[in-house]
Amino acid sequence: MAANKFNGNSDYGIGIGLRIPHYHHIFEHKPTVGWFEIISENFMVDAGRPLAVLDQILERYRVVQHGVSMYFGSAEPLNREHLTRLKKLVKRTKTPWLTDHLCWGSVDGRYTHDLLPMPYTFEAAELTASKIREARDFLEVPIAVENVSSYAEFHVSEMTEWQFLNEVVERADCGILLDVNNIYVSSRNHSFDPYDYLNAVPAERVAQIHIAGHSKFEKYILDTHDHPVIDPVWELYEHAIRKVGATPTLLEWDDRIPSFDEVHAEALKAAKYLPAAVAK
Amino acid sequence: MNLLELQRRMAGAIMAPLGAGDRVTRAASAEVGAILTPNDRLSSTERLEIYAKSYWYRILDGLYDDFPGLRAIVGVRAFDRLSRAYLAEMPSQSYTLRNLGSRLPEWLARHPEYAGKNPALALDIVRLEWAHVVAFDGPEEKVLGPEDLLELTPQMTFRLQPYISLLALEYPVDDLHLRVSQLAEGRGDASNAVMRHRERRAVKRFTMQREAIYVAVFRKDDSVYFRRMTADEFRLLDALRGGKPVGEAIDSVFGESALPVEELRTRIEEWFRSWSEAGWFCYPGGEA
Repeated sequence: MAANKFNGNSDYGIGIGLRIPHYHHIFEHKPTVGWFEIISENFMVDAGRPLAVLDQILERYRVVQHGVSMYFGSAEPLNREHLTRLKKLVKRTKTPWLTDHLCWGSVDGRYTHDLLPMPYTFEAAELTASKIREARDFLEVPIAVENVSSYAEFHVSEMTEWQFLNEVVERADCGILLDVNNIYVSSRNHSFDPYDYLNAVPAERVAQIHIAGHSKFEKYILDTHDHPVIDPVWELYEHAIRKVGATPTLLEWDDRIPSFDEVHAEALKAAKYLPAAVAK
Repeated sequence: MNLLELQRRMAGAIMAPLGAGDRVTRAASAEVGAILTPNDRLSSTERLEIYAKSYWYRILDGLYDDFPGLRAIVGVRAFDRLSRAYLAEMPSQSYTLRNLGSRLPEWLARHPEYAGKNPALALDIVRLEWAHVVAFDGPEEKVLGPEDLLELTPQMTFRLQPYISLLALEYPVDDLHLRVSQLAEGRGDASNAVMRHRERRAVKRFTMQREAIYVAVFRKDDSVYFRRMTADEFRLLDALRGGKPVGEAIDSVFGESALPVEELRTRIEEWFRSWSEAGWFCYPGGEA
């Protein structure tokens, strides 16, 4: 299950996000890391230091691209400049697969820079799937979409989030970046059983898994990526691995970022749930 | 309500300026009631507010990072007011936060009421800081090196690397930027939610004496530099960037000059050598 057509039949194990505060440590100590996930948008530039850093990383490490602003679910067409720059980066990194979110975030050319939840309608599922297909055909790389954390639900929704996810990935014939922390966060915010969600996910489409920490507020939970992974999320992760098999796994830590060693050690906790052969 | 209409209404409510205490306004609240459901803990307005705050704090942090000198000049509170007004009028039109401040120099020139006690100083620093962003990762084209300039003729024209900005400034804000940017933190786009401003460090407010300077903002070995120039060097380079042939550009700067021809020639040759060695010229056709 680890290697499938949605992750380029790769055998990647545990990775971490490439973040600016860790650059110095990485270049000085050259730690052994299974792979790095980069935020595509941070490297979709013309020239300069970001690309110089990336090239140094690519000399030594495997990299997978993760996007935050493709907005497959936005009603407007895909941004052609975005796609063109993304393809240039795909050629540079040779990412075996590429991920972005099952969400929207722009309308009429204005960008929110956020991952806004979809209304779970058949109209939205078809439009989103068609844009994923269009992007995949243009980029010529497998695409997996990530379930987002959400804090709102729409009157117009016609199905559950996991039914919507299935509708989209089946229509698009694409992979899933299964974020078990996001499932946990949304389950608490919307009062559903996260295991119902996990059990409904088509295992054969899971290309990658995300784990992360979050923040608790009085009335809701927020996906802040600024804490270690909590036990209930590890339990969800364990359940997911049992269901889908060993799968490339990535820890996200984007705010209040601790030392490289702390982030890496947190990610490597996932090894406990993975077969030894891939837990590297 | 179809998808486009829903997204227009939802985005409008999220991107509407926050009210007192960073709460969503009544208008936004009224709009979202027809779109979002409440649950047993949160009203539809409270649900909207999570997204509205995340939106505003993320983009405010983006500007905060890119313009450390401007906030040192106008002060942190005034910078926050300025940022909110700018972003309300000029919402992001790009998929990346990198471009968030691209229209700030032009906007601030139209809105001096947000530029503090010394608008000229604020405008100088905002131009310099946006030029810094451009120089950091702007496009680079195939370099025209010193060997390509061996046979300089009056008819030749030149293109400057797109990442270079030439700025005529009323204040020596290059020094100011270097001082305050040591405090700046790196950042990038990310997928986490934002529910708070990053900590605002108290920065000593700066003021300075007027002193006209000419600066090239450029990149070398992946680092951004400011290089001061004389007025004549600036005007010649600016004329070349504007597309004037070498002879015409030199005439436009030195046509009335009383300098001896040999001294003029030596000076101009040194400039051209310096510019070409720094890789500032690129091929006229834009070959990459």
